[in-house]
Amino acid sequence: MSENVTTAGKTIWTPFNIIAGGIVVIGLILTGLRFTQGLGAVTNLSDDNPWGLWIGFDLLVGVALAAGGYVTSAACYIFGMKRFHSAVRPAILTGFLGYATVVLALHYDVGRPWRLPYPFIMQRGTTSLLFEVAACVALYLTVLFIEFSPAVSEWLGLKRARNIATKLTLVLTIFGVILSTLHQSSLGALFLIAPSKLHPLWYSGYLPIYFFISSIIAGLSMVIFEGTLSHKFFHDKMDATHLAERDGVVLGFGKAASLVLAGYFIIKVIGISVDNNWHYLGTGFGLWFLVEIIGFVALPSFLYAVGVRDRNMTLIKATAAWTVLGVIVNRLNVCLVAFNYHLPSSERYLPHWMEIGTTIFLVTVLVIVFRFIVTKTPIFYEHPEYKDVH
Amino acid sequence: MDHFLTLQEFMTFTKGITYILMVAALLSVVGFWRFLSGNDED
Repeated sequence: MSENVTTAGKTIWTPFNIIAGGIVVIGLILTGLRFTQGLGAVTNLSDDNPWGLWIGFDLLVGVALAAGGYVTSAACYIFGMKRFHSAVRPAILTGFLGYATVVLALHYDVGRPWRLPYPFIMQRGTTSLLFEVAACVALYLTVLFIEFSPAVSEWLGLKRARNIATKLTLVLTIFGVILSTLHQSSLGALFLIAPSKLHPLWYSGYLPIYFFISSIIAGLSMVIFEGTLSHKFFHDKMDATHLAERDGVVLGFGKAASLVLAGYFIIKVIGISVDNNWHYLGTGFGLWFLVEIIGFVALPSFLYAVGVRDRNMTLIKATAAWTVLGVIVNRLNVCLVAFNYHLPSSERYLPHWMEIGTTIFLVTVLVIVFRFIVTKTPIFYEHPEYKDVH
Repeated sequence: MDHFLTLQEFMTFTKGITYILMVAALLSVVGFWRFLSGNDED
């Protein structure tokens, strides 16, 4: 059992710890700068470009890639696919840490972070999409916390808390799917208000649907990708069930991702057709759009299909990493690349190195916390007192 | 770029293309599903 692994003879001065430690130190300095000197000191944000890397990557990409939680628990508990059960806890953990990092990153970007709870007490009205995103993300973070709590309860020996949280699984999963549908799509809907600012190839009335469907793709691919990394670095923490179900998870999620990617490609093409935007494909932005939908949507859909057909785990895992990159490309395209596309180059936004440093810092903190949790709590194995009790 | 004088013309044209694309897409999805599930254990 994984808890018997000894740490004797292991040094804390591993390459990862040294690099991560350096990133954390720099990140803390940048954090201090941001909160004492203001946004202008650490970012290239402006009135023309109020949303930059922190919104484009930390928020939009972060929320999309954290979608594995609701996708996996829906597959297991709503659709009854129990063969994916071993993937639920890692996916919920990834989702929980992902959303927590998103909320933490949001504190950096808003003008008065101590007012973050304000959407619940005073807001621009319930027709505001940003209010809906804030409410849903806050509620979903709570849902994820409760869904994740059984692992911590088992570690701490809190049986009653663990049993109460476990009984709520189905309700929380359903609530999580509802909330995810709402906020994943609403993040896309945020851009509906700026049709003149977003390039026509990316702007569409279907943006909310695009964002929701691509969040499913992101979730499925992240479960495979995170599982690949976890198997490489935390293999000794995994029990026999987890290891035995691994290939089934990769095949099943790969097959689902292939289909959803194919559907996503189709609706993207339909979106171009409905607005009659074919002529934009011959432009520079059009070329980049084709790179996105052919290279990062159609191609991974096909590669996933080939991988599933041939039971080629390596191909599926590589395609998952490529698809994750594709979701990142899509979100950054909508928020940064294709946004304000008509502005001259001198007024276009490029992230300040301090913004990039802060983003890397936040991702590093997420990885460090993830590593701590999976090495201490029953994520990749079943706690001996609760074996087969699900 | 096609020249449309009325919204009716625009909608007729774009809807027509969209319907053709959707029929092609639905047929393709059937073929894609068969390709994807080709080696599944029954």
